[in-house]
Amino acid sequence: MHPTDFTLAGAIVALDEGAISAVELTRAHVDAMEALNPRLNAFITTTPEAALEAAKQSDAKRARGEAGRLEGIPLAIKDLFCTEGVQTTAGSKILGGFIPPYESTVTSQLKRDGAVFLGKANLDEFAMGSSNLTSAYGGVVNPWSRRNDPDVRLVPGGSSGGSAAAVAARMALGATGTDTGGSIRQPAAFCGIAGIKPTYGRCSRFGIVAFASSLDQAGPFARTVEDCAILLRSMAGFDPKDSTSADKPVPDFSRACTRSVKGLRIGVPKEYRLDGTPPEIERLWRQGLDWLREAGAEIVDITLPHTKYALPTYYIVAPAEASSNLARYDGVRFGLRVAEKDSDLRDLYERTREAGFGQEVRRRIMIGTYVLSAGYYDAYYLKAQKVRALIARDFTQAFGQVDAILTPATPSAAFAEGENSDDPIKMYLNDVFTVTANLAGLPGLSVPAGLDGQGLPLGLQVIGRPFDEETVFAVGAAIERAAEFKALPAIRAGL
Amino acid sequence: MSLDTATVRRVAALARIRLPEEEVARVQGELNGILGWIEQLQAVDTDGVKPMAGGTPQGIAAMPLRDDVVTDGGIAEKVLANAPDREGVYFGVPKVVE
Repeated sequence: MHPTDFTLAGAIVALDEGAISAVELTRAHVDAMEALNPRLNAFITTTPEAALEAAKQSDAKRARGEAGRLEGIPLAIKDLFCTEGVQTTAGSKILGGFIPPYESTVTSQLKRDGAVFLGKANLDEFAMGSSNLTSAYGGVVNPWSRRNDPDVRLVPGGSSGGSAAAVAARMALGATGTDTGGSIRQPAAFCGIAGIKPTYGRCSRFGIVAFASSLDQAGPFARTVEDCAILLRSMAGFDPKDSTSADKPVPDFSRACTRSVKGLRIGVPKEYRLDGTPPEIERLWRQGLDWLREAGAEIVDITLPHTKYALPTYYIVAPAEASSNLARYDGVRFGLRVAEKDSDLRDLYERTREAGFGQEVRRRIMIGTYVLSAGYYDAYYLKAQKVRALIARDFTQAFGQVDAILTPATPSAAFAEGENSDDPIKMYLNDVFTVTANLAGLPGLSVPAGLDGQGLPLGLQVIGRPFDEETVFAVGAAIERAAEFKALPAIRAGL
Repeated sequence: MSLDTATVRRVAALARIRLPEEEVARVQGELNGILGWIEQLQAVDTDGVKPMAGGTPQGIAAMPLRDDVVTDGGIAEKVLANAPDREGVYFGVPKVVE
């Protein structure tokens, strides 16, 4: 067995038993990264020497009996997490060369538990995108390809496309991501792996480059549901540096993966049956419900009447918050500065931001600026916050009847570069099934469940009650067991 | 609601993003496309609905404040480490006062 074939849970056992050392495990992943990254562009920055050094220390700690929960496990870190001493770009030119003097809380907790960082994974610029094509460092290639058209380059999804591709291609055993409107769940589905956005507040946002503060939430990617559970346990927890992080105990999520779903009530929202959804996705959804029924769950029809307003609400709230968060990129304190010889301060701001932000980011900042501007605030921003409250209330009412909700993760399998990029609204529709969980602050898990006619992976999404990730993991693991998803991408390590 | 070119220029100025003249028409088209699409929210009856401000799920207590004390400080070199321009322990910017 090649060392990159381990699951994360399996690798921990192998390390504990001495079947492999952390250095050997890390070396195999570093080799995979060096061989495959030129083709996939999943990493913006790689740190192989630091990874091998950390692995060496992990082996020493394990020998002393001081192994942490993730001791020696090689991970990819989305380049939106500030990592002390390692360039952090947010996928943008405007942060080129920025070396944070501090560490994000999530990554510091992963390090505390012994994880080894391989490098910083590519992403859509400032996490704005559903394809990874808006990265200033180039798009990521999905390691999967169409059976009948293997030469077409498919996108890995976004914004955490580099993280998802790195895990799918076995360059890393797991990865961090962030999810503002679906940026973990959609790329997980497109790359045939698992990914969870936990409840808003479960993970600290301190040290994560902010996009839309009331929607952003960190979460893990891995190849199994249990592996995600193991990672989330390390990532989660209260942080006094983030007043929106929740002061709640962090359960052992991996134990929940073995829970029975017998007697659970699973909701099927009728509003998620959209016109134009490919029949394969409808079929997979029905299949998922059948699996849960066979495992003893009860399927219940529910209604989430404001679903159709979720995306337009998101495209007011997120740009509004982004326009405010991205005001700090002005060429003064860090990152790029563009000035002409006779530039005044305002000209310096405007030139820096024109040159430093890509087209999608500029577009969203301008939308946000407009909807917050005098005279339009009530009509757009305040209205969107009220609709958001109705969307959240729909879920509260639904969770009076059910314990979890099952939906498709995405409206299609991975698409090709250029297929949706001519029309921003068409691109935004990729997040149609995921964005509601961000607006309501709820946990959502994407689990690979089948293949489409072209042999591309499709995911199902489990949405749960606030801070009830345990039920989400239980339902996701039940689907995973039933689906027996074994397909692998064409491009991967260990071949 | 449709943005005219003057409003597009004004929004760009408020956002502190230089908008070259030859791009005004393209940006106007894109913004109007998106604003036209989000216009559908006006159809939702939100009378008496309290706006949801933060991201915390409804009914969950939130947002503890920590004590208003300095938790670090004296790290001017760290703060300035990424500055594109500096003078002493200050960020350097073009002259703003004559």
